[in-house]
Amino acid sequence: MAVDLRLGIDVGGTNTDAVVLDRDDRLLAKAKVPTTPDVTSGIAAAIEAVVAAPGIHGSRISHLMLGTTHATNAILQRTGLRRVAVLRIGGPATYAVRPLFGWPEDLRAAVSAGERIVEGGIEFDGRELSPFDAEETGRFLDSVAGRAEGVAVVSVFAPVSAEHELAAEAVVRKHLGEGIDVTLSYRVGSVGLLERENAAVLNAALVGVARDVATAVGAALRTHGLTPTTFFAQNDGTLMGLDYALAHPILTIGSGPANSIRGAAYLTGARDALVVDVGGTSADIGVLSHGFPRESAAGVEVGGVKTNFRMPDLVTIALGGGSLVVEAGSEVRVGPESVGYRLLEEALVFGGSTATMTDAAVAGGRASLGDAAAFTGRTDVLARGLQRADTMLADAVDRVKVSRGAVPLIAVGGGSILVPDQLAGVSEVIRPDHHDVANAIGAAIASVSGEVDRIFHLGPGGRTAAIEEASADAVNQAVTAGADPAAVEIVELEEIPLAYLTSPAVRIRAKAAGPLQAADGSVP
Amino acid sequence: MSERVRQIDATNIDALALGCAVLGAGGGGDTSVGRLMALQAVEDYGPVPLVDLDDLPDDALIMPCGGIGAPTVSIEKIENGAEGARLREHVERLWGRPVVAFLSAEIGGSNGLIPIVWAARVGLPVVDADGMGRAFPEVPQVTMHVAGISPNPAVMTDERGNVVIFDAVSGHWMERMERAAAVEFGGMASSSEYQLTVLQARTATVLNSVTLAIRIGEAILRAEGDPVRALVEAIDAVALIEGKVVDVERRTTAGFVRGSATIAGLGDDGGREVRLEIQNENLVALEADAVLAIVPDIITVLDTESGRAISTERLRYGQRVTVIAFPCDPIWRSERGLEMAGPRAFGYDVDYTPVEVLHGG
Repeated sequence: MAVDLRLGIDVGGTNTDAVVLDRDDRLLAKAKVPTTPDVTSGIAAAIEAVVAAPGIHGSRISHLMLGTTHATNAILQRTGLRRVAVLRIGGPATYAVRPLFGWPEDLRAAVSAGERIVEGGIEFDGRELSPFDAEETGRFLDSVAGRAEGVAVVSVFAPVSAEHELAAEAVVRKHLGEGIDVTLSYRVGSVGLLERENAAVLNAALVGVARDVATAVGAALRTHGLTPTTFFAQNDGTLMGLDYALAHPILTIGSGPANSIRGAAYLTGARDALVVDVGGTSADIGVLSHGFPRESAAGVEVGGVKTNFRMPDLVTIALGGGSLVVEAGSEVRVGPESVGYRLLEEALVFGGSTATMTDAAVAGGRASLGDAAAFTGRTDVLARGLQRADTMLADAVDRVKVSRGAVPLIAVGGGSILVPDQLAGVSEVIRPDHHDVANAIGAAIASVSGEVDRIFHLGPGGRTAAIEEASADAVNQAVTAGADPAAVEIVELEEIPLAYLTSPAVRIRAKAAGPLQAADGSVP
Repeated sequence: MSERVRQIDATNIDALALGCAVLGAGGGGDTSVGRLMALQAVEDYGPVPLVDLDDLPDDALIMPCGGIGAPTVSIEKIENGAEGARLREHVERLWGRPVVAFLSAEIGGSNGLIPIVWAARVGLPVVDADGMGRAFPEVPQVTMHVAGISPNPAVMTDERGNVVIFDAVSGHWMERMERAAAVEFGGMASSSEYQLTVLQARTATVLNSVTLAIRIGEAILRAEGDPVRALVEAIDAVALIEGKVVDVERRTTAGFVRGSATIAGLGDDGGREVRLEIQNENLVALEADAVLAIVPDIITVLDTESGRAISTERLRYGQRVTVIAFPCDPIWRSERGLEMAGPRAFGYDVDYTPVEVLHGG
């Protein structure tokens, strides 16, 4: 189906937002509904709300871009996870830390169908560490047959060469059948064996959750006569095709902040800026760098397990529209408590009895809402609360900045009225229209990406050849995922030399991204 | 906390790992894999006795050991775990006598933990001492070398069971040969050099450094409120500046990461600016042209909030940090020690002044 209308949905902690954009990226409809505990019925409600908007014909919605928290919730609550057989290819190395060592016991019990280390793996320069032991692999797989609902395969230095992981995949299919879901670590993580292994195992465990979401959302779409091509938002602010997302659900974790940074970029046209997304309880400050969220240098923990996939580099502070403003002795404190979704009942300005940051923003003249007479006797406390909040924001902005000098700050989200027009270290504060649904817009306008993170042993072509190879691989991946080959470009390139080693080797991370291919259903 | 630590087990490995990172002076490799290896080893094989030299006979043989190579390889190609047992077997064969205890060649970074892993598996104790008291990049930059102990015979092995015996004419050649062999083994190998007797170790090693690492880690873990202050008080360090990283510059030459980082002061230190010169480790702290601390004294960058050490490769703009410095072992301050690891050994044409002299101690 040719690109016509795009439906973007972002599931947040408090609200599920939906927008409909036309092919020129004009906003035709937007909706905000409460996020539900099961997540899926909130998504259905959001779809219903935008489709009901005047001028929207459901049949014209050609693409759905979905950013959802299902995967995070499943890991945190240990629900809906599949049992995974964990195959590590690295013997005789790596026995000193066995698979899943150090995992929370309940998560390991919920996820593992058995673990085995077999001979094989790759060296940093691409040689074999030892030959891959297919026979032992077969014996292990036979021992978990009937118990394992999925298989995670990780080989030493798979980011240098995936050869042994691919060989193992063939053995898995032979022993456990063509239909079994297999996660190869090189597709979900970068250098760092244990973190990549953890990410691969969690990914394999989440495959069922992803299928359930796709089925439920598909049903909601059909109810309204919608038949769009579906994409999932991932943690780097780009999109994965449905099939890819079903095989790589772990990459959806952390897509929310990425979406709001991308949405802010779209709404303002900025390529480099800071973005603050202020919600009801907290504010995330991130960095927009060349049109994409800057990613954290270190891996993140998910459900008590260390992984090495990257998230937007954020500073999160307990400051939102619902944050309480409390007099504590001679000080005035802001947050971390918040009235959250009860803001419309509890804030002074809405006739309630709780002093919140929304009241402070209205009293300070930053917004006109509700009944300003409600502040009698509290104006001093609110003014000091606002001052305190400005300090918190300025401090967070400073922590997230990449260099000295003032930079623009884009303020989005429902609570962004409390962001002042002037802030230390900020050249200007930009408040785009429709900032309240920036995250759903970010999902709808996101581009499709491909990424490479590998160690290159420098040959005769030197650095230049290695960078070219990495870039070409990243571009290919983006195109395979559905990006327009004519418009794909390298958006990130990082080179990290290996220390304490005389033989020249370098780790290169390259990311390519481009808009959706405008032609029809060829998109995967 | 003055109670003597008698063994390394699951109750103090976290503290040991934190302490090894602080003693690493920004280098020595990430301690997170070493921590997991040590936790698994004591879970599977039981605690490792921590002994003083006084607990051992004077003529008994001690085996210094550790890993050599690229930290990036060690987070991917994790060890088998039996490397230490193989090193011991060959050291005993070459010397014709038993090894009574393992000794960390380098307490700073991951090598502070690896001998624990190996000792647990073979049932030997580790000595409460090491060969650096910190981290240094090269094989001969150990106190045993300063004390005149021979690096020979050196034994190197890999996870497959390959073994190389080295007999080098100098520390410099030992470094060159071992580094080349480590690349051939896949960028990382395990080795033992500078084996010595208990009597020799009394003057040729940095004593009580394992206990010191645990004390540092416990100060951070048990701190109520301000872990940096707790750490500074526990080891009598000097806080050079509290501030924010405002510039990091890094480049790689001949396999070593060189560069600098600039920290701008905050709070009481507002208006000040300190620059760190880096060659894998933090080597010099400068304010304008004045030296605040210099190698071989230990300069470590701590996360101001958590008190945890930040390695040189993880330094980045915007981090809130406190830079601390504290004295190296007196062995490094001897003429021969400074020749091996003083400012001029790293290309800085300045005389060494001890950190406590620079700060009126």
